[in-house]
Amino acid sequence: MTSYTTEIIDDGKMLINMGPQHPSTHGVINFLVETDGEVIDRAIPEIGYLHRGIEKIGEMVPYPGFMPYTDRVDYLAAMFANESYAMAVEKLLGLELPRRARYLRVIACELNRLASHLVGTGCMPMDLGAFTPFTHWVRERETANDLTEELCGARLTYNYLRIGGVSQDLPVGFDKRLLQYLDHIEPIIPEFNRLITGNEIFVKRLANVVPVTGEEAIAYGLVGPNLRASGVDWDLRRDLPYSAYGEMDFEVPIGKGVRGVVGDCYDRFVVRIEEMTQSIRILRQAVEGLPEGELTCKVPKKIKPPAGTDAFARTESARGELGCYLLADGTDKPARVRFRTGSFAAMCIIEDKSPGLMIADLVAFIASIDVVAPEIDR
Amino acid sequence: MDAVVIHENLKARFGDRIGSLTVDNPDPFIVVDRSALKEIGTFLKDEPGYEFDFLENLTGLDLGDKFVSVYHLLSYKHRHSLVLRVELSKDQPTAPSVSEVWPAANWHEREQYDLLGITYTGHPDLRRIMLPEDWVGHPLRKDYEQPKGYHGISHERANVLDGFKALDDRDHPLPVVAPSKPEADGEQ
Repeated sequence: MTSYTTEIIDDGKMLINMGPQHPSTHGVINFLVETDGEVIDRAIPEIGYLHRGIEKIGEMVPYPGFMPYTDRVDYLAAMFANESYAMAVEKLLGLELPRRARYLRVIACELNRLASHLVGTGCMPMDLGAFTPFTHWVRERETANDLTEELCGARLTYNYLRIGGVSQDLPVGFDKRLLQYLDHIEPIIPEFNRLITGNEIFVKRLANVVPVTGEEAIAYGLVGPNLRASGVDWDLRRDLPYSAYGEMDFEVPIGKGVRGVVGDCYDRFVVRIEEMTQSIRILRQAVEGLPEGELTCKVPKKIKPPAGTDAFARTESARGELGCYLLADGTDKPARVRFRTGSFAAMCIIEDKSPGLMIADLVAFIASIDVVAPEIDR
Repeated sequence: MDAVVIHENLKARFGDRIGSLTVDNPDPFIVVDRSALKEIGTFLKDEPGYEFDFLENLTGLDLGDKFVSVYHLLSYKHRHSLVLRVELSKDQPTAPSVSEVWPAANWHEREQYDLLGITYTGHPDLRRIMLPEDWVGHPLRKDYEQPKGYHGISHERANVLDGFKALDDRDHPLPVVAPSKPEADGEQ
C-alpha cells in the first residue's frame, strides 16, 4: 500500500494516481498509472485501504461468533462468505445438513447472486458513461433486498446461515412473493438487453478490449464469471456440487466472443447477464421443490474441532470461487482463518495486462472483472 | 486421483524429498521438502494425469514451533484436488516462490509475507500488500503484539460501558427503589 504524488518522469511520461478515491475503482483502490499521454505503460494496483483484518478477528472469536463478520468480506454477496465459512466448519466437524436447510441455502444464495449481478452489470455501463441502466437495475435490486430482509432481517449483511444449517425458515407467503418477483424480473432482462447489451456504443467500448485467454485466466487464478468468460467451462455448482446444487438443473454460460474475441470485456458482461437467467431458473426449482424437514442438523453446543485438523471449503460466489480455510487447535476458536476471494485473484492480473492499454480501456477492464474492494482487502 | 495414489507416485519419483501423507484430516495433505517444492509443483502442473493447473489457495500458518506454507491445488481437467505443505523453521521462515509455476501465487505470497512474515525466495516483487510499508511486525503471527497506534492515530477506544460504570460509582447514587415502582406501594 503506497501512494505517490503525480510526477513527471523521464521522456515526458507521467506517473499518476488513479484512486484511492476514483469513481471507477468500486471502492478504495489505488492504481499507480505510468502513462505516455493516453497510453498506459504500466498500471500497478495498490490495495489494502480497506484491510480490516478479518482473518485476525477470526482467530479471536469463537466459531459461531464469526458468522456476522463473514458478511463483511463481500458486502454485495454476503451470503456466499457465510456459506463458505459455515461449510468449512461443517467439514471440520463432519456435519451432514438436512435437505431443507440445503435448499434454503440455495434460495438465499441465488437470490443474492441475482442482486449482486444486478449491481455488477449495472455499474459497468455506469463506469463507461451510461447512467440509466444502473438506475433500472437498482430499482429491481430493491425488491431482491426487500425479500432478503423478509428472510433474515437484513438487506446487505445477512448473517442468515448458521453452522449446520440456516437461522430461520421462510416467512409465510415468501415463496409466492419470490415467484412473483421472478416472473416480474425475467422479462426485464431482455428489455435491459435492448437498452444496453446490444447498444452499439457500449459494444464498441467493450468488444475486443483486454481479452484474457483461457490459459491466462487459469494461470492467474481467475474464477467465476471472469473464468467462464474466457471460455473455461467450469462451475463449482455443477462440477463439484455442494449444498443442493446437485439436484438443480441449470446451464453454465461461457464466453463465446459474440461480438469480439473470447474473453474480452464484452464477454464478461454477457456471461453475468446470462447467469442471472440461470439464477432465476435455479430459484424457481428450489422454491417449488423445497422439501420439509429440519433447519439445522445436530450441532455440538461447544464447537471444538480436534486440534491440528484443517479444512478448505469452496463455494461459487457471485465473484467466483470463494474459499474458506480453517485450522483448528482444539479450542473454541480457530488457529487460522483464511478467505480466498475472487476479487483478489482478479486484481493481480491487471498489472500484467495493462501495458499498452488506453486509460479508458483500463476503466472498462476494471469494471468488467467486477471487483469489490472489501473482498480484495478483507 | 486419490491423495494416497498421488503420494505413492510422488514418493516413487522424488524419493525422500516427499514427506508423510496425513489422511486423518478433512483434506488429506502431503508434506514435501521445501527445496523440492518448485520441482514438484512443476511436475504436478504439467504431468499428464495430474495437471493441477489451478492454485486455489496459498496459506501461511504459524504453529508456534514452526511455520507452514500450505498449497491447495485443483485440476480443472480431472476435477481432483491436492494439498501440499511445506514446513519452515521458526526463526527464518523461508520458502521458494512458486509464482513462476502458478502466476496466481504472486499476490498470495505477498500477502503471506505481509501478514505472517514468510519470505518467498525468487519472488519478483516481494513487498507488503495489505499494510503500509512502514508497518512494524506481522499481525497474524502468534507472538504479535498490537502497537498502541500508528502515526499518532490511537488503536484504542474508550469502552462505552465505562460511562455507565461511572454513573454507578457516583457519590450520590440514584435511589434504588423509585416511588413509582410497584413494590414501593404502600410504603411511601
